[in-house]
Amino acid sequence: MCVTCGCSDDAQSTITNLETGEVEHNHHDHTHTLPDGTIITHSHNHDPQHEASQVHAKIHNTTISLEQDILAKNNLIAAQNRGWFKGRNILALNLMSSPGSGKTTLLTRTIHDLKNQLPINVIEGDQETANDAQKIKETGCKVVQINTGTGCHLEASMIDRGLQQLNPPLNSVVMIENVGNLVCPALFDLGEQAKVVILSVTEGEDKPLKYPHMFRASEIMILTKIDLLPYVQFDMQKCIDYARKVNPQIQIFQVSATTGAGLESWYGWLSAKVGNL
Amino acid sequence: MHELGITQNIVAIVSEHAQGAKVQRVVLEIGQLSAILPDAIEFCFDICTQGTVLVGAILEIREIPGLARCRECGAEIHLDKPFGICSCGSVQLDLIAGEELKIKEIEIA
Repeated sequence: MCVTCGCSDDAQSTITNLETGEVEHNHHDHTHTLPDGTIITHSHNHDPQHEASQVHAKIHNTTISLEQDILAKNNLIAAQNRGWFKGRNILALNLMSSPGSGKTTLLTRTIHDLKNQLPINVIEGDQETANDAQKIKETGCKVVQINTGTGCHLEASMIDRGLQQLNPPLNSVVMIENVGNLVCPALFDLGEQAKVVILSVTEGEDKPLKYPHMFRASEIMILTKIDLLPYVQFDMQKCIDYARKVNPQIQIFQVSATTGAGLESWYGWLSAKVGNL
Repeated sequence: MHELGITQNIVAIVSEHAQGAKVQRVVLEIGQLSAILPDAIEFCFDICTQGTVLVGAILEIREIPGLARCRECGAEIHLDKPFGICSCGSVQLDLIAGEELKIKEIEIA
């Protein structure tokens, strides 16, 4: 909260009243909009002397132009990871979804079904526990668990460290199962060849519109748990339309890791991707 | 939630460039389509700067509006989310602004 005027700092949030249809934007006293639409917000730490300190700064201080990308360090390590994979002819995929979408089930089934054709090893990301890594390990493949603690996503440096432990063989596949979260993982390049978003039919068809960054960043979307369609209200066509609205190029697979329905097309995509390395 | 890690990155980058000098002001450019909440950055900034040369520094955030170019007709479209539809009916849009996440400048004493 701003100590000067007492208003809330959440200038980005809007409140929608569904009774009246009214949308309330929070207009902060200290937010200025320039003619080109750029919005400038000042922090309030020094508000009592706000203007005085700015004038003082102009007289005595040195301004250094940085123009530095905040994610540059992550992106550099991601580029190194990408080179590492390329040099070993390894396909790395970044699997992302909300918690409980069936990522681990899809992954164990995929590893099991393809074990004679494609060597798959896994980097498993979760905030806590090694439960998923344990399930993956039971398929007989190599797996490394990364626990992010308070972190809500994997970063390129974690993959770098994970790869040292995993030591995947040449000409193989590394599946990176990201932390269950439809927001943050979309922002961080890990050095993968493609991002894959997994959505289950129990989650609601409007997820692509609600979490557009994730669906925009992904090359393919795998709709899982289609065996449950008779029991849930999920409009498949709407979901596909929403996903294409956000990302016209996205490829979509409809599968059930329980019954095996639709898995062949996902395996086909995977094999083609390996073949193209 | 990713804003905490990003703010830690900002503090690390600025500290490195300040080379021990006291930082008075940090100017960021954040695109409105970048999935970064300026308010969350501000909230984290106070916490992350404790015990660093940035403590007490003014944080100025410039939010860059989203802009895309239609692949079909070439028109430029303002966006408030990372997708949209052109007046020609196309959804094939290339984002040209609004994804920035940059430290623009710093001011040291």
